[in-house]
Amino acid sequence: MRVNLLLNLRALVGRAYPRIIGAQREPSWIFFETLLPLLTIAAYVYIYEYLGVPQFVGFVVLGGTMVAFWMNILWSMAAQFYWEKQIGNLQLYMMAPMSRMALLGGMAVGGAVMTSTRAVATLVLGVLIFRITLVVLDPLLLLAIFLTTLAALYGLGMIFASVYLLYGREAWHASNLLQEPVFLVSGFYFPLKTFVTRLGAGGLWVAAGASIIPMTLGLDAMRQLLFPELLAYGLLRPDIELLILLILAPVFIYLARISLAYLERLGKEQGRLTLRHQ
Amino acid sequence: MEAAIATRNLTRVFGGKRRRLQRKREPSEKRVVALDSVNLEIPHGELFGLLGPNGAGKTTLIKILATLLLPTSGEAYVAGYDVAKDPFPIRKRINMVTGGETSGYGLLTTRENVWMFSQFYGMPSRQVKKVIDLLAEEFDLQERMDAKVRTLSTGERQKMNMIRGFVTDPEIIFLDEPTLGLDVTAARSIRGFIKKWIQEQKGRTVLLTTHDMMEADELCDRIAIIDRGRILACDSPEGLKRLIKKDVTLKIETDRLKDTSVFRSIPGVRNFAVSENPKGRSMTTTFILEDDAPIADIMSEVLRQGSRVHSLKKTEPTLEEVFISLVGRGLD
Repeated sequence: MRVNLLLNLRALVGRAYPRIIGAQREPSWIFFETLLPLLTIAAYVYIYEYLGVPQFVGFVVLGGTMVAFWMNILWSMAAQFYWEKQIGNLQLYMMAPMSRMALLGGMAVGGAVMTSTRAVATLVLGVLIFRITLVVLDPLLLLAIFLTTLAALYGLGMIFASVYLLYGREAWHASNLLQEPVFLVSGFYFPLKTFVTRLGAGGLWVAAGASIIPMTLGLDAMRQLLFPELLAYGLLRPDIELLILLILAPVFIYLARISLAYLERLGKEQGRLTLRHQ
Repeated sequence: MEAAIATRNLTRVFGGKRRRLQRKREPSEKRVVALDSVNLEIPHGELFGLLGPNGAGKTTLIKILATLLLPTSGEAYVAGYDVAKDPFPIRKRINMVTGGETSGYGLLTTRENVWMFSQFYGMPSRQVKKVIDLLAEEFDLQERMDAKVRTLSTGERQKMNMIRGFVTDPEIIFLDEPTLGLDVTAARSIRGFIKKWIQEQKGRTVLLTTHDMMEADELCDRIAIIDRGRILACDSPEGLKRLIKKDVTLKIETDRLKDTSVFRSIPGVRNFAVSENPKGRSMTTTFILEDDAPIADIMSEVLRQGSRVHSLKKTEPTLEEVFISLVGRGLD
C-alpha cells in the first residue's frame, strides 16, 4: 500500500516536472502566453469603454486571464496523448507500473502550476495597464473557489485526455471545436448573467448547460468576489457556485479514471496505443 | 521455476473487422496476421534474439509482452504473469528500448529525462542519481548528461534511451532493434554494454530483436527466426548453422540478371536470395544448395542470360544463409 502510494506520488511529480520546470526554459511563453492574450483583452476593454460601460473592464481582464487555463486544458491536457504517441512517450507511460491516474494527475498539476504563472503575469499586466481596482473581501472563499475551479477544470481535462487517447489528428479538430464556443458560453468576456437578461428562460438553460464547464461558475464566482460593486451581475451566489464545483471536481476525476481504463483496454485490443512503426 | 517469457499459440490479428468507436464511413482495415501461433519459452538469464525482416511480427510480439497490446488468441506470460490478465506485476519487472526512439522532452536535460522516466517506476531520486552516473560512465555520456535532449546526436540520444531502459534495473528487458541507424562506434558501445550487463546481472533476461545477423550471432544465446508471424526455427546460433551445415552455400556476383526465377527449377537448389549491389550494375546471389552438383547448371544459366561472373565463392554457413534457407529471401 505504502509502496504503491510512494510510486504514484513519485510518478505524479515526475510527470509534472517537464511542465513546471521544462516549460519555463522556453522564454517565448512571455510573448505568446502573456503579451498576446493582452491584445484580445485590450480589444474588449476598448469596446466596453467606447460603449460607456467601463465597469466591465475588470470582468474582461479576469476572463481574459482565465482563458489561459481553458487553452491549457484543450491543448496540453486533451490533445496531449496524441503528441505523446507521436514522439513515443505514450508507450513508455503505458508500460510503466504507475497508476494511470498518477499520469493524468501529473499532467494536471504540472499544467495548473505552469498556467498559473502565465495567468498571474497576464493578470498583473492587465490590472496595471487598464488600471483595474480589485477588492478582495473574502480571500479565503476566493482562494477556495479558484482552487476548486482548477480541480474541477483539470478533472474535466483528464476526461478529455482519456477520450482523446485513441484519436489521431481528430483530436486537433475536437480541440478547435471546443475553443471559441466555450469562450462564448462560459462568458469569458462578459457577465454570464447576460444570457438570462437577453434570452430569458432560454438563456438560463444556456448558462446552466455551460456550467458543466467548471470555468463558467468559477469565473462568475471570482468576479463577484473581486468586483463587489457588480454583484448584481452574478448568476448564482459564490458559495452555491463553490458547492457545485466541489461536486463537479470529484465526479470528473472519477469519470476520467473509468474512461481512461476503458479506453486503454480498447487501445490495447485495437493496437492504437502506439504508432505502427514504434 | 517458470520461464522469464513464455507464449502459447500466441496469435495477433490486425484489422478485418470494424473497430468499436470507429466512424461508419471509415473503411475497415485489411486483415493482417501479425503473429500466428507463436510458441516460445525463454528461461531467466538468457539473451534471446528474434531475427526477421520488416513486418515479420517482432515488434508486435514485444508490444504484447510489454503489455501494450492484447493477443487475439493464445497466451503470453512474462515473469509468470499473464500479460492480458495481470499486467501490473509485469510492468514492475520490465523495461523496453526501441531503435530510433525519440521519447522524452527536448527542453529537459538528458539527466532530467532519465530521472523522469525512473519516477514512473517509483525509484527514490537519490538512488536514481547514483545509477544514472554509473550508466552514463558505461555509455561514455557523462559530458552530455546536463545537455538538453534536443541538442543530442542520434547516437547520444540512443545511449540516453539505453540508460533510461536500464536505470530501473529490469528483470526482463525488451530491446527492439536498439542499434538501428547508429554509427559503428555507437552500435559497438551498445552491444558491448548488453553483453556485459547480461554477464554481470545474473538471472536478467534480454529479448533482442534485430535485423543485424552479426549482432544476433555475437550477442544471443538463442535465436528465433520469425517471418510473416511464424517462428521458423529456434536454436543457438551454432545450432541454427548446423541446420544447413551439410548444405553448400554459394555466393555469385554477376552483372544484373534478367530473370532469377529460373534458378528455382534447377534441381538441388534449396533456396536463394538476391541483393543488388549499391554501386554499379552488379548483383550478388546467395544460393543454398544440397550439394555441388547444381553449380554447373547455375553457371550455365548465368552465361545463357549474357551476364558476366565477377566472383564466385563457396562459404561456411552463417546466420544469413540460415535465414535465406528458411525464409527464401535476405533481410535487406
